[in-house]
Amino acid sequence: MLTDGGIVVIDYGLGNPASVKNMLRKAGHQAEVTADHAAIRSASRLILPGVGAFDHGMQNLADRGLIDVLNEAVLVRRVPMLGICLGLQLMSRRSEEGVLPGLGWFAADTIRFAFPPEAHDLRIPHMGWNTVAKTSDTFLAANLAADARFYFVHSYHVRCDERADVALTAPYGGEVVAAAVKGNIAGTQFHPEKSHKFGLALLRSFVEWEPACA
Amino acid sequence: MLRPRAIPCLLLKNGRLVKTIAFDKPQYVGDPINAVRIFNDMEVDEIVVLDIGATPDRSAVRFDLIGEMASECFMPMAYGGGLTSVEQVRRVLGLGVEKVVINSAAGQDLSIVRAVADAFGSQSIVAAVDVRKRMFSGYRPYISGGRQALKIDVTKWVQALELAGAGEILVTSIDRDGTMDGYDLELVRLVTGAVRVPVIAAGGAGSVDDIGAVVARGGASAAAVGSLAVYQGKNRAVLINFPTPAQLKAVLP
Repeated sequence: MLTDGGIVVIDYGLGNPASVKNMLRKAGHQAEVTADHAAIRSASRLILPGVGAFDHGMQNLADRGLIDVLNEAVLVRRVPMLGICLGLQLMSRRSEEGVLPGLGWFAADTIRFAFPPEAHDLRIPHMGWNTVAKTSDTFLAANLAADARFYFVHSYHVRCDERADVALTAPYGGEVVAAAVKGNIAGTQFHPEKSHKFGLALLRSFVEWEPACA
Repeated sequence: MLRPRAIPCLLLKNGRLVKTIAFDKPQYVGDPINAVRIFNDMEVDEIVVLDIGATPDRSAVRFDLIGEMASECFMPMAYGGGLTSVEQVRRVLGLGVEKVVINSAAGQDLSIVRAVADAFGSQSIVAAVDVRKRMFSGYRPYISGGRQALKIDVTKWVQALELAGAGEILVTSIDRDGTMDGYDLELVRLVTGAVRVPVIAAGGAGSVDDIGAVVARGGASAAAVGSLAVYQGKNRAVLINFPTPAQLKAVLP
């Protein structure tokens, strides 16, 4: 099922692939940052980072001819894939932030935080270090330290149709999806590449992850 | 829960780490790369780097140094100083920096904030507001390193920045900068009450208790510290240091 083309961090002009590569190197793994189709087709693991607006992300993927290539790698070849922040949101069907359809790998929509005016302490974006709680047994929770905290920065968040797809949640005016896993597809709303040793451990878990064959 | 952040705020001038008092008298306090390494090892929440020598009218943005610092940062890093265009911002973000800090360029033309927010998202832009308290006109925002006053009051200015797309406000009391006399809580309250985005308070931190106060009483989402992170003791001996997680935990919710 897997080929040994290594870890590819997808470079589609948004977010910080260099930071992800940097943290992977700290974890002892080499990764290639590229949008090259051949590299993605032979990759053994894929990471879709991303910071920015939803439509901008989908448009950039389309402009680089990456949507079909990623669908093939993730849905047909079933390569383990990790989306980060906007990368996770792009895996939903759609977002309130834009009009373009998402990749639709998760039965989920991306919605904006909506808090009542009196909840003045619930600032938007949700920015900073938050704790997470495990909602299902996934590789993401396997090596989670008791005091684990992760860096979040987002104004939109993913809402999954199926509770079973939710892996981790964070408390912010209610339960917010912090990570989702379905088959070989995973995503975190937070930034493991900027979450010190906790993010390092999480990326290590991803590199070692062997998704069960569905 | 979301923890209030404590953030070392490092000032650069000519590629060296400095610390100012009331935006003046920059004193050399060390090597920036070394400082970032130490703060990374201490697992601080985030780091803000401001190049006070690189305002739009002066020297260029030091992309090499920014990239070197970012590659040592396994926590979020914000960079400000001399940024005037979306292209410069794109280059800085591409180096592994999460957020850019914009002050003077926004004061000259607010459209830079909208342009950056549209291109990279609001979360990538921190609007810095440097404030002096004036005898008759109250709190007044300044640009160009505290040299030029804007003709607008602080409340209206931070609301305009938020509306333009700033994802965070960094409010600095010029009067308290480097004094270690505590944050200007009145100023911070004014700003946190005026906007919905998170606010980082800066200027005046002299103790861990000050950090607790600016969060609890000022409503700040984050406390930036300068002198407290580079000096130790009454005689201001240069030493990169930071409150421990246990010390912060004792004063933060």
